[in-house]
Amino acid sequence: MSESDDHTLESPPVSDVSQYQPKPADLRRRLEVVGISLVGFLGAFVIAFVVLDWLRHYPSLGALPGTLFDQFLIAGMWADHVLGTNVFQHPFMWRSIATGVLIGIVAPLVGTYLVHRQMALIGETLAHTAFAGVAIGLLVMAVTGYEGSLLLIALVVSIVGALVVQWLADRTSTFGDVPIAIMLSGSFAIGTLLISWGRGYVSVPIDIEEFLFGSMSVVTADGARMMAVLSVAVVGIVAATYKQLLFITFDEQAARVAQLDVSAYNTLLVVMTAVVVVGAMQVLGVILVAGMLVIPVAAASQVARSFRETLYLSILIGQASIVGGFAFAISQSLPSGGSIIVVAISFYLLAVAFSLFTGRSTAISMH
Amino acid sequence: MSSAVDVRDVTFSYGEKLALDDVSLTVEEGDFLGLIGPNGSGKTTLLHIMLGLIEPDRGSVELFGNPVDEFDAGERIGYVSQQATSRGGTMPVTVRECVRMGRFAHVGHSRLTDEDRAIAEQALETVGISDLADRRVNQLSGGQRQRAYIARALASEADLLALDEPTVGVDAESRDAFYRLLDSLNASGITIILIEHDIGVVTDRADRIACINTELYHHGDTESFVESDALSEAYGATGTVVHHHH
Repeated sequence: MSESDDHTLESPPVSDVSQYQPKPADLRRRLEVVGISLVGFLGAFVIAFVVLDWLRHYPSLGALPGTLFDQFLIAGMWADHVLGTNVFQHPFMWRSIATGVLIGIVAPLVGTYLVHRQMALIGETLAHTAFAGVAIGLLVMAVTGYEGSLLLIALVVSIVGALVVQWLADRTSTFGDVPIAIMLSGSFAIGTLLISWGRGYVSVPIDIEEFLFGSMSVVTADGARMMAVLSVAVVGIVAATYKQLLFITFDEQAARVAQLDVSAYNTLLVVMTAVVVVGAMQVLGVILVAGMLVIPVAAASQVARSFRETLYLSILIGQASIVGGFAFAISQSLPSGGSIIVVAISFYLLAVAFSLFTGRSTAISMH
Repeated sequence: MSSAVDVRDVTFSYGEKLALDDVSLTVEEGDFLGLIGPNGSGKTTLLHIMLGLIEPDRGSVELFGNPVDEFDAGERIGYVSQQATSRGGTMPVTVRECVRMGRFAHVGHSRLTDEDRAIAEQALETVGISDLADRRVNQLSGGQRQRAYIARALASEADLLALDEPTVGVDAESRDAFYRLLDSLNASGITIILIEHDIGVVTDRADRIACINTELYHHGDTESFVESDALSEAYGATGTVVHHHH
């Protein structure tokens, strides 16, 4: 820029630039990075399982995927033997665990932006839209004989719902919550009507209750595969647009002045939310899914010192909630959705207590 | 000298209510323009139109010689909005993270380089808040927070700084220091547009004044504004006199 010569105040001399040394990371930061790396490793591990589970159905690829898959389950049997459990030898359990682990990564990731944009209600709304999507999917299957993925139809309906929400939000002065609240109950109402009406014509092959409250047994190979693909996409998109999403979340007007396409990033965020919600609905259930977007973030925001740390801690707390919730649900034979959310809320209360104890509470300022 | 902002025959209304009526004014590069007017006079609306945040019903705006809707050099403008409109109050963002946002328009989707980080550190130093870099923006006082936003604008190497009542809720001492900072930035060549409800501050600092109340009542240098009766005309038009805090 030609004017930069005049701006001695903000143009640092070259020597300053070369002298600048990033500060070494402190212990807390290092621990977080280790934690995030472990979560990343866990994510890669479950994705590997999902891929094996998929590839073993293609004999043209040789016997290797099938052999590896069997070895996986044998290792699971040993794990069960050692732990005295009856979990890791079953493919359907692994699919649920894989889906859960991925939810524990992507839900807090997207949720961090949603919560601080004060769009938490949108997550809940899209979950209810996804429920309507499931209902529509069941009808489509009954009427047309379509035998593909139910979740795929739910995903399409939910993304359409997300675009409608964004359209509504653009046309209200701020993210006014009344039209969104109407859409929340409206789409759920349509879902219940469609399901009741459909029951008169076709036998519904799926237990609706499992979609409402979440279940570990509802996850199909198909569902786990979809979650894996969506998770990779969401993590990739957030990594690529981290800065832009942060800027529009923090100061939308200034971001607009800096010529960021705020509307496009908003749409991206809402569509990613729809995607996460449909994936997470399998394990958490329609009614509880928004909790995973919000609670880990609320807990992290209590103790985090920066936005990046909020993101890291949200994912760590989210993952801990998933693992803890699964352990509780399996050991007590209770639904996974409720267990995960209760564990997440325990973490939230701990975080509030911690921030009150250390005297740096933001509980009051989170209004 | 070329113009930073060129507003021509701009009219804008919120539904039935006319906010701006046929306003034209030019801000030259290097100007320090004080934008004043009674509450509800359309100051913020005019600033938003200048920056392309809202589109006028009629008329046109040019930023640095380009129609505002085609202007894409976002890094050339630093905007400090009214405090209430940013999430700085609740979001866990550090001062350093906030200031680095000023580099985002430069790097797009690439990663920030060490040079970007160094420029952000330099901006923190210029506004005198280097020691607060690791604090959360919501733990700062009003004056410190405004400095953080100014530093963000400096980090983006902005040529034009637009501020909307930046010192509301800031104590008198910090406010004076803040305006001294604006003076020195202006002296270094940055164009400044300042909305301020305190007319005394504006006439002390700005070298040009635009006084509006839906229509433009005065636009010219500060001396001619003080001598004119634009102030009483503009403020008399609605019968509201702005409350002075000192």
